[in-house]
Amino acid sequence: MKVAVLRFPGTNCEFDTQYAFEKLGYATELVWHKETTLPSDINLVVIPGGFSYGDYLRSGSIARFSPIMRAVVNFANKGGKVLGICNGFQILTEVGLLPGALKRNSNLHFISKMQRIRVENNDNAFLNRCEKDEVLQIPIAHADGNYYIDPTGLSDLEENGQILVRYCDANGKSMDVNGSIGSIAGICNKEKNVFGLMPHPERALDKILGSDDGIKMLKGFDS
Amino acid sequence: MSQPIENIEEVLKAHKLSLEDYEHIKHILEGREPNLVEIGVFSAMWSEHCSYKSSKKYLSGFPTKAPWVIQGPGENAGVIDIGDGMAAVFKMESHNHPSFIEPFQGAATGVGGILRDVFTMGARPVANLNSLRFGDVNARSQIGKYQRRLVRGVVDGIGSYGNCMGVPTIGGEMSFDECYNGNILVNAFALGLAKSDEIFLGRAEGLGNPVIYVGSKTGRDGLGGAVMSSDSFTEESKSLRPTVQVGDPFTEKLLLEACLELFKTDHVVGIQDMGAAGLTSSSFEMAGRTGSGMIMNLDKVPAREEGMMPYEFMLSESQERMLICAKKGSEQAIIDIFEKWDLDAAVIGEVTDTGMMELFWHGERCAYIPVAPVSEEAPVLDRPTSRPKYLDEVAGVSVDDFEAVDNQSAFEKLIASVEVVDKSWVYNQYDSMVQINTVKAPGSLDASSIRVKENGKALAMSSDCNPRYCYIDPFKGAALAVIESGRNVAMSGAKPLAITDCLNFGNPENPEVMWQFAQACEGIKEACAELSTPVVSGNVSLYNETNGVSVFPTPSIAMVGLNDDENNILQSAFQKEGNKILLVGETRGEFGGSLYIKELYGKTVGTLADIDYTKELRLWELVIEANKQGLLCAAKDINMGGAAIALAKMAAVSNKGCKVNMGVANSRDVFAESQSRALLEVTPENAGKVAALASGLGLKIEAIGEVGGENVSINDIEITLDKLRDIYFCQFIRVIEQDL
Repeated sequence: MKVAVLRFPGTNCEFDTQYAFEKLGYATELVWHKETTLPSDINLVVIPGGFSYGDYLRSGSIARFSPIMRAVVNFANKGGKVLGICNGFQILTEVGLLPGALKRNSNLHFISKMQRIRVENNDNAFLNRCEKDEVLQIPIAHADGNYYIDPTGLSDLEENGQILVRYCDANGKSMDVNGSIGSIAGICNKEKNVFGLMPHPERALDKILGSDDGIKMLKGFDS
Repeated sequence: MSQPIENIEEVLKAHKLSLEDYEHIKHILEGREPNLVEIGVFSAMWSEHCSYKSSKKYLSGFPTKAPWVIQGPGENAGVIDIGDGMAAVFKMESHNHPSFIEPFQGAATGVGGILRDVFTMGARPVANLNSLRFGDVNARSQIGKYQRRLVRGVVDGIGSYGNCMGVPTIGGEMSFDECYNGNILVNAFALGLAKSDEIFLGRAEGLGNPVIYVGSKTGRDGLGGAVMSSDSFTEESKSLRPTVQVGDPFTEKLLLEACLELFKTDHVVGIQDMGAAGLTSSSFEMAGRTGSGMIMNLDKVPAREEGMMPYEFMLSESQERMLICAKKGSEQAIIDIFEKWDLDAAVIGEVTDTGMMELFWHGERCAYIPVAPVSEEAPVLDRPTSRPKYLDEVAGVSVDDFEAVDNQSAFEKLIASVEVVDKSWVYNQYDSMVQINTVKAPGSLDASSIRVKENGKALAMSSDCNPRYCYIDPFKGAALAVIESGRNVAMSGAKPLAITDCLNFGNPENPEVMWQFAQACEGIKEACAELSTPVVSGNVSLYNETNGVSVFPTPSIAMVGLNDDENNILQSAFQKEGNKILLVGETRGEFGGSLYIKELYGKTVGTLADIDYTKELRLWELVIEANKQGLLCAAKDINMGGAAIALAKMAAVSNKGCKVNMGVANSRDVFAESQSRALLEVTPENAGKVAALASGLGLKIEAIGEVGGENVSINDIEITLDKLRDIYFCQFIRVIEQDL
């Protein structure tokens, strides 16, 4: 498997993401935001965390216009797999590949901590190595992670099995972390080839860092 | 040359220069009268902030050498060897005055400035710490309300900058005292990693080599900031807001990446960030370090707005800018790199061999100053010192002079102190995990630790200072700050290697403050020499005074240590029920400057016991060695609030109770702050081995209890884990957000 990792000027998780996939044995290639095409031999595009173009405006709202995003949209529309983590999730909603929007956290603060999330659906290319209802420990670090979608959109997500993970407590009970509707932490599109989540699986690959639950998430794409 | 100045006395006053300085300037200019640009240059370079004129006398003599020191003080940051061809680059700096005037931007640009100091050396920043002092945040008054607003603003500012930069903020410290009501202290520390043979210095040399300006455009923000920071505050200080710079972390991120890309090439001779006194200090310092001269065409400097004049270009403190001396012929290659990152880059001058700084404005020379005398002949003051009168008063009071309080009530008061409780409200606003190295994260107690992916080792770092100790005894208090930071580092299994310091004091024109400063410097010198932890970088912040009231002497110390194995980082909270708790060191009834007296009686009084460096070093050795042998589960130093508070923290963080019986002469001694002590958690099987190691080192060690249960029970104190955790984790937000 080969992974393209996008690099916007304000991206700051690109090296962590590369490190993570390479540690799991996959080839990676950084792709600069001014590029207009993706490498031809890739199986997955990852849009990592950070502050794309500073995100002084709504997070990801400028990035959606970048040259590389046009290529990513084409790739996704042809069925290519795309994963957006944190800022990547925000960009995917802004560019329209994923439904809904990410608002400022309800407490108006940046929130950085180890967080439990519960797997909602595993019948997809991402979470197929996780059990349904499994509780994972994955770090979060964001200011704009408050997921919102209108009631119709929400019931569509639920009916189609598009909700990937929800924030939860140690017992797996949903909990409010940042104001997200239904405690949603990550979703996919209806076709289940575009995935976005606020938590950072690439930060959970080593027990000494507090958790290695990210391994089975990222490895999911290799199956 | 521009016109001579007419109203010279007014101009001098506005630039905080004396008539004596003026005569000196004329002498340096060989009898010529300076023009306004030149006055501005001298004013900035001779400001307290840039020239260290009050402090220089005492800073000489700091221990700065050790086999592992690659670069000591005098550059943008200090550098130590951490093995396998890797080096740690670090420094701490203050942004006190700006943060009081405008907390968000003041604190944010403090972080930006210290990060530039580190990456200008060729290092990628990998960790931030901060050391924050605020006034009385508990007060119901307007002062309390303002202090709480400052806390919220400063934390927000630090987070916004560090988070965007992708540099984890992995720890820090915070304390609170009325003495900071008029002057908060915001000290930011950054550490970066570089290859030890790829360190870049702030030097301009080589006749004809180009001088290149890169980064943000220059605006009128921060004009005269260095001069502002060199004065005390009065009621009118709110009008100083335009002297505070505005930060743009996104641009700094671009600057960081562009510089790191540039450092992989062979184009750079030297580089320096434009911090305080902007283009003035960077150009003069870069030329001054090599004895070179420099020509700069100020009309070539990228400007944010039209109509700016040479004076403004030289004194602006616009953020996110660097000055580079490059190899001749590499101009375009450098410009290409910065253009890739959408940053300005302009060749604005060249290096000469005249030793003169020659500034031009559209071809006309607007300043002509010999470089060397500006720094070498900067005024060095020998300010009068006098032992403060309050010292005898506070020394005459002891804990016995107050009405006794039962231990349970005392414990409940101390554990709820904002100094003690968990600060997750603060550190959860900082991305502490980006770069995926953080092993001992904020809130884990004692030092913070990151792994070094490049060599499989780990760095531990801790920032400390107990201002109460420094108030009642500046010498010992400063020495104890070095000791505590070292002890915290040792508690994670790392060997303490070197410090950076940030010396925050009041008004140096007050002889009593100057005495405090001199004493604190001597204390740091003694401790650093005794502990073999040299000073590799640092910063002085004076004039932390408002309406005649100075802050407590606050020499913040950040210690950096090395652990040989990233997989052997020692934790400080309890690990497992059934484990034994050992107390190392001797508990005496020492309460000078203690949290106990402060919280129960509202006073900062008493004396400090003599420091036993041998005992301290042996304690470090015990923990480091026992950890290497795999004998320890956790180690926690004992400081503010004594053994009782240290145990309560270990329990609260781990969510594990404990039952402890400590032998003490007086029941309140569970709160005593005797130095050179630690709590160790060991398995029952290893308890004997650790005790034997300790005895071999001549350290007193005793088993005082066991981990486990639903309660924390320490002699006659008892509290349920639930209640303890509610106080420990929720008290801070209750205090800080009470006005929202």
